[in-house]
Amino acid sequence: MTPLDRKLLRDLWRIKGQAAAIGAVIAVGVLLLVMMSGLVTSLDETRRAYYERYRLADVFAPVKRAPQHLLAELSALPSVAAVEGRITGHALIDLPGLDIPLRARVVSLPEFHAPRLNGFYLSAGRAPQSDRNDEILLLKGFAEAHSLQPGDTLDITMNGARHKLRIVGLAQAPEFLYTTAPGELMSDDARYGVIWISMQTLAAAYDLEGAFNEALLSIGRGAQSPAVIHAVDRLLEPYGGFGAYALADHGSNRFISEEIASLRATAAAVPPIFLAVAAFLLYIVIFRMVEAERGQIGLLKAFGYSNLETAAHYFKLILAIAAGGATVGCVLGVLAGRALIDLYLLYFKFPFLIFQLDPGSFIAAFSVSIGAASAGGVTVLRRVFRLTPAAAMQPIAPPHYRPLGNVARSLQSVLDQPSRMVVRRLTRQPGRMAGAAGGIAAGMALSVAMIGIMNGFNQAIDLTFNVIDQSDVSITFNEPLSDTTLANLRSIPGVIAVQPARHVSAVLRHGVQRHLGVISGMTTNARLYRAVDSRMAPVPLQAQGIVLAEALADILKVQVGDLLTLEVREGRRPTLRIPVTGIAQNLLGSPAYMELSALNHALGEPNRISGAYLRVDSAHQNSVYRVLKDMPAVASVSLKQDARTALQTQMDRGAGAMRYIMMAVAGIITFGIVYNAARIAYAERARDLASLRVIGFSRSEAAFVLLGELALVTLAALPLGAVLGYYLSFAVAAGFSTDLYQIPATVQPVGYGAAALAVIAAATLSGWLVKRDLDRTDLVLALKARE
Amino acid sequence: MGKRSGNQLQNAFTTRGVWKVYGEGATEVQALRGVDIDIPAGELVVLLGPSGSGKSTLLNILGGLDRASRGDVLFQGRNLAAMTDVQLTRYRRDHVGFVFQFYNLMPGLTAYENIELVTEIAGNPMPADHALALVGLGDRGDSFPSQLSGGEQQRVAIARAVAKQPNVLFCDEPTGALDSITGRTVLRVLKDINEQLGATVLIVTHAAATADMADRVIHFADGRIRDIQRNAHKRDPSDIEW
Ligand SMILES: Nc1ncnc2c1ncn2[C@@H]1O[C@H](COP(=O)(O)OP(=O)(O)OP(=O)(O)O)[C@@H](O)[C@H]1O
Ligand SMILES: [Mg+2]
Repeated sequence: MTPLDRKLLRDLWRIKGQAAAIGAVIAVGVLLLVMMSGLVTSLDETRRAYYERYRLADVFAPVKRAPQHLLAELSALPSVAAVEGRITGHALIDLPGLDIPLRARVVSLPEFHAPRLNGFYLSAGRAPQSDRNDEILLLKGFAEAHSLQPGDTLDITMNGARHKLRIVGLAQAPEFLYTTAPGELMSDDARYGVIWISMQTLAAAYDLEGAFNEALLSIGRGAQSPAVIHAVDRLLEPYGGFGAYALADHGSNRFISEEIASLRATAAAVPPIFLAVAAFLLYIVIFRMVEAERGQIGLLKAFGYSNLETAAHYFKLILAIAAGGATVGCVLGVLAGRALIDLYLLYFKFPFLIFQLDPGSFIAAFSVSIGAASAGGVTVLRRVFRLTPAAAMQPIAPPHYRPLGNVARSLQSVLDQPSRMVVRRLTRQPGRMAGAAGGIAAGMALSVAMIGIMNGFNQAIDLTFNVIDQSDVSITFNEPLSDTTLANLRSIPGVIAVQPARHVSAVLRHGVQRHLGVISGMTTNARLYRAVDSRMAPVPLQAQGIVLAEALADILKVQVGDLLTLEVREGRRPTLRIPVTGIAQNLLGSPAYMELSALNHALGEPNRISGAYLRVDSAHQNSVYRVLKDMPAVASVSLKQDARTALQTQMDRGAGAMRYIMMAVAGIITFGIVYNAARIAYAERARDLASLRVIGFSRSEAAFVLLGELALVTLAALPLGAVLGYYLSFAVAAGFSTDLYQIPATVQPVGYGAAALAVIAAATLSGWLVKRDLDRTDLVLALKARE
Repeated sequence: MGKRSGNQLQNAFTTRGVWKVYGEGATEVQALRGVDIDIPAGELVVLLGPSGSGKSTLLNILGGLDRASRGDVLFQGRNLAAMTDVQLTRYRRDHVGFVFQFYNLMPGLTAYENIELVTEIAGNPMPADHALALVGLGDRGDSFPSQLSGGEQQRVAIARAVAKQPNVLFCDEPTGALDSITGRTVLRVLKDINEQLGATVLIVTHAAATADMADRVIHFADGRIRDIQRNAHKRDPSDIEW
């Protein structure tokens, strides 16, 4: 081993605390990078393979009733590769022991062949025989949630009629990777099922003999889906087409796409922050080291070491810390990825999901962390290399004494000597002090933002379930009913209040922007479910106008006053031009609201409702559910409490769980920065402090000089960190938000307090660690050391 | 003997009109003010002069550690003043040994490693422990500079310069912190390097008696050469008065 390498090892050992702190920051950045990009790769790749293997359709075209012979015409459309017609519908599953029936989707299986499109993966049992119309496949997740197995029978209500059907197998399918009940956003295995059943049975149940109500199409490679969708829409129009949509708009696929997109965005945005912080810390450490070793560098050059050889020595130090951190980060990233991927399986129902590494992330992790770290070292070394060896070996001229201003001078007169030393240093090297304060503030800002996000999640839930939705139960009907039904509902003992609703699907257009969504008709002065603005005040619904959720307004790029085109897909399918009269605050989904009678009028179906919100006396809730369950017109009953629990669970797992990781990470960064600042202050002053001790100052007085400085810098960082955190929380909130739900940035005073406490705790711990070293120093050695 | 067999007539160094100016304006210091000198290869030269007269400055320039503000510095016919940084580095690496006035040991390396630092990159070095033994520190190789006395550090610095077996050896006050016995030992080592390797040796010193062992003595004052004197009879280091 060369003597320089031995020096390297000793240097590393000497700065081990700092090296570990910086290495940890790098490791965290790399961990996140490797983990997230690995998750992205795994989800993306597995999804692609799953879709391909089970032939997921590219275009979905729901229709009211289309004759079978239309399928031939569909497959004759240009660039259409394969077509399948099927029947799907809503059903209720009545499980013994449950008060309300559970909702399910039924999907037909072709009679004499395997599905050409949208196949399924059989995870247990067998497929139904074509001549047996009482055999079904059940979605695996639902079956497991209720401990159902092949051989069990189920009571299923389809289109108002009850059937007893036998489970022969359990299945999973790419179109049901993520299943949500209509009108809900969060998946809940226990509350929504999927049933595959023979085409014949379904045709009989829904009066669709010789017809289908959903066409599936796959299109050739390179073909454009908008053109196909347009052609399909034209073909299905006379049969009551609800509007074809591409796979990208398919609910399950959209969810997983959103998840992947937000992971990818986080993977691109967050790790660089850590690597930048690490580069900054390394820069300071190397800067200080090179500065302190100027003489030694001059000496090396005097002996004939070239710039390159000298730089290589310091580069190796950087490399050791950066590569060490990156290696640890890679290992932890793989472990964390493996652990997290199982969490994803909880709500993305892949039959298999293996954590796959993205090899690019390894390369990126190493090159970025080493590159960032070296960038710091190179700039400092270049300055030293510009000096001749003789000049480099000269001791540095003492820092310039600036004449003190009046304020400082009068301050001086009241301070004792150690306090004066603190003040003098702060005023003499304001740049360096500002740098340290800025670094600590950055750490605190991260904590503030992360605490803000924690709040945001809770606030999203609170707004959704306490402010917007104040009902207990929402029900939907099989068909739109006359509003006299409301009186029936009101007369159920235990029902306190009823609010009518009408949901129709529609395409919303503004310019080139298009969104396939649902319009909710609601009465003015609604109480149980309402649109609210950002100040939580109800947004009034006007007879002529539509109110959009903020997210939807963003998608369509509209503002209040703009005209929107609505193509309603139900009833007489009117096309409306209607002004936007309000923007509603909505953190879940992207709903649109219209006044109920105005919507009905536009549809030409006065006094119709398709569902209702109920408030129920909790003492009577079970009897209310029983009555609802027996009403044939009721297609679904859902309890707000269940939806809330599902959302909470989801936010605590998966993407939401990321906030806990980020919180821990903010803590590591903050400590890393504060500890480094303390270490550097100590290293720069070790000699001064020893001199103080020699001339008779006590240990605690010497410590005061050092820790006083750290305390002042920390105090200065707190307000700065609060301000930075305020702004950072918006950026982080935007990062956590998806098209499907928005997380608001809300930092409450207690959040700033907690972050400040974390910084102060980190500073105290760092101060204690440094003071421990200070107490242990050998005075003579400290004075003798040239550093 | 090497000295006699080498080309005796060739100069190791020739300088013409060398100036060195530090700072500018009010703080300007003229450390060298037109130095013309010829130092024949293989000679042992002693440089005498009052403090602040520019001796270290001249040594730095001849050793390629610094550049003259003006003038030419020829080493074996090549002009150091015209060399690039890379060429100067090469020159120092291949030809020069240096003993600094302030020792300049690397604090993070042991005595042994300080010497290795130089032998590592030298073409024809002697073993590091051999060099340490020459200055009487054979058993202190594992000590760090902070564990050595001033004189011991100075001897390590000399061992470091000698270990390289350089063509030219510059010593800035090599015996300043030494007692008479070790001082004479060190001077003996320098004389051996000069005679056995044929190295050109330049010694800066305040101890006028050291001049008795030189081939040539240069008196320096105010950044200029005041006088050059040749010794007809060189004394052996052991006879030098301390
Ligand atoms: N880096 C520098 N910047 C400014 N002035 C310098 C610098 N180095 C040397 N000087 C000045 O140049 C002059 C010559 O210095 P030099 O070190 O060569 O003297 P010296 O003869 O070696 O003295 P000593 O015997 O005390 O070592 C002195 O006046 C000194 O103050
Ligand atoms: Mg000198």
